[in-house]
Amino acid sequence: MIIEHLPALQIVIPLIGAPACMLVRYRDSAWAVALVASWIALAISWILLQEVLATGPISYHLGGWAPPIGIEYRIDYLNAFVLLIVSGIGAVVTPFARESVRQEFGMRRIYMFYAAYLLCLTGLLGIAITGDAFNLFVFLEISSLSSYILIAMGNDRRALTASYQYLVMGTIGATFYVIGIGLLYADTGTLNMADLAQRIAAEPMNRTIGAAFGFIVVGLSLKLALFPLHLWLPNAYTYAPSMVSAFLAATATKVAVYVLIRFLFTIFKLNLSFGIVPLADVLLVLAVAAMFAASTVAIFQNNIKRMLAYSSLAQIGYMILGVSFANVSGLTAGIVHLFNHALTKGGMFLALGCAMYRLGSVHIRDLAGIGRVMPWTTAAFVAGGLGLIGVPLTAGFISKWYLVLGAIERGWWPVAVLVVLSSLLAVVYVWRVIEAAYFQPAPTNPVRMVEAPLSMLLPTWALIGASIYFGLDTRLTVDIAQKAAAALLTAAS
Amino acid sequence: MSGFIDEALGLYNYWIVVFLMMAGFYIVVAHDNLIKKIVGLNIFQASVFVLYISFGKITGGTAPIIAEGIKIYSNPLPHVLILTAIVVGVATTALGLALVVRINDAYGTIEDNEIHSQDEEP
Repeated sequence: MIIEHLPALQIVIPLIGAPACMLVRYRDSAWAVALVASWIALAISWILLQEVLATGPISYHLGGWAPPIGIEYRIDYLNAFVLLIVSGIGAVVTPFARESVRQEFGMRRIYMFYAAYLLCLTGLLGIAITGDAFNLFVFLEISSLSSYILIAMGNDRRALTASYQYLVMGTIGATFYVIGIGLLYADTGTLNMADLAQRIAAEPMNRTIGAAFGFIVVGLSLKLALFPLHLWLPNAYTYAPSMVSAFLAATATKVAVYVLIRFLFTIFKLNLSFGIVPLADVLLVLAVAAMFAASTVAIFQNNIKRMLAYSSLAQIGYMILGVSFANVSGLTAGIVHLFNHALTKGGMFLALGCAMYRLGSVHIRDLAGIGRVMPWTTAAFVAGGLGLIGVPLTAGFISKWYLVLGAIERGWWPVAVLVVLSSLLAVVYVWRVIEAAYFQPAPTNPVRMVEAPLSMLLPTWALIGASIYFGLDTRLTVDIAQKAAAALLTAAS
Repeated sequence: MSGFIDEALGLYNYWIVVFLMMAGFYIVVAHDNLIKKIVGLNIFQASVFVLYISFGKITGGTAPIIAEGIKIYSNPLPHVLILTAIVVGVATTALGLALVVRINDAYGTIEDNEIHSQDEEP
C-alpha cells in the first residue's frame, strides 16, 4: 500500500515538513523535523532506485487520473539517479546545518530557515520526479523562490543583492521556460512529457516548435548557469550561508542540467536537438569557454567560496560538454559527473563551512596555517580539490575519463586535449589553498583555532569519503549512468 | 495586401504579447532602480499570461460552464495553468519587494549603481 505511493510520498514528506517546522517554532525541533524529512526522502529515493533497476520505469498517476490528462510521475534510470543525488545531499547537509546555522544566524527565527530549506528540497525533488512539463515549472518556482530566501539569509549585506540578482535572472529563466511550454501546448495540445515526445516526433518541424525549443533551452541555460548566462551564480554562492552554498551548489544546477537533458533527448529527440538545430556546436563552444574562462577567473579569487563558485561554473561546462557529444560515453560522463561533482563540491563547501564556523571568514589570508590547527577540515578540502582536478582514485577522474572517451568516440580529439588542459587550471587554484593552509605560518593568536565540531566534520567527510569511494568503486554510479544514457539515446533516435 | 493587413490585425493579441514581453524585458535590463526592475519583471510575466489565454480562445466559444444549448467552449486548461502562473508571479513580486526593503535598510538606496559603488569601497 505505502510502497505503491512512494513516488508521491517522495514529494509530500518534505512538503509537509515545511509547515511542521513553522508550527513547532523552536529551532532544535524544527531541525529535527528537517532531519527526519530529509532522511525519509533519501530512504524513499533509494527504494525507488532499486525498484527501477529491478523492474524498469515506474509510472505513478497522481490522484488516480490517467495521463495525459492527469499529472504523471515517471521515474526511469535518469531521474531515479537524480532523486538519489538530491535527497542524498539533503540528508547529509541537514545534520551539518544545526551548528552552522545556529552560529551564523544567532537565535532569530531559525525554524523559518528550515521551512524554506524543506520547500527547496521539495521543489528540487519535484522537478526530478515529475513527468508533466507544467508541473515541472511549478516545482521549479517552488525551489527557486525558497532558494532566493535561503541565499538572502547570509550574514553579509551583499547576500541581499546577490539574492535579488538571482531572483531577477531566475524569474526570466523560468518565464522563458513557461513561454516555451505554452508554445508546445499550443502546437501539440498536451503537457505530458511522454505524450509531447510522441506528438512532436509525429509531425514535421514547424516554427512554433522551433521557437519553443529556443525559449526552453535558453531558459534552462539561465537556470543551470551555462556560461555566459552564469552572472547570478558567483555572488549567490559566495554570500549565502555555508550550509546553503553546499546544498545549492550540489543540487540546484544539477537538477537544471537534468531538465535540459530530459528536454533535449526525451522530448525533442536527437533529430531536432542535434540535427535540425546545430545545438551540439553551440553547447560545445559554450562548455569549453566555461571550462577555461571560469577556471581562470577562479585562480584569481581570494575569497575561497567565490573560487569554488567559479569552479562550479567550469564543472557545469564539463557536464554540458558531455551532453553535447550526444553519444553514450559523453552522456554517461555528463550524468555521472552530476553525481560526482555534487559529492565533491558539496563536501568542499561543507569544509569551508567548518572553516567559517571557527574563523568567521574564508578569505585566503585568514586561512594561513589552517592545515595545522584544523587538520581534518583542511584534509577534506584538499581531498575534494583533488577530485575537482580529476586525479585518479577520485570520483572526478571517472567523469573525466568518460568525457575524454566520449570526445574520442565522436572524433573530436582536440576537445579531449582541452578537457585535460583545463584540469591543469584546477591544479593552480586548488594549490593556492594548499599553499596557504600548509606552508604559511599559523596565526599568532590561535585561541579559538580548534577543529570544527564532530557534527560538522562527519557530514563533510561523509561527502568527501563518498567521492573517494565512488572513484574506486564505480559499480553503482557508472552502471546507472550508462543505463540511463543508453535508454535516453535509444528513445531519442 | 488587404489579406496581409487582416491577418496582422487578426493576430492583435499576439502583437500585444510581443510588445509587453519586449517592454518588460527592456525595463528589467535598462533600469537601475530595483523597484522598476520588479515592475518590468511583472510586465514580462503578464505578457505570458495573455499568451496562454490567447491559446485557449476558440472562435465562437463561451466560458467553459456546461449549459443547455451551448456547444462550443473555450479551452479551460490554459486558464487554469495561468492561474498557477499568476500565483507564482505574485509570490515572486512579494519576495522581490521584500528583498528591496531589506536592501534599502542595508544600503540606504535602491539604485543599482549606488549599491555597487558602496560595495566596492572596502
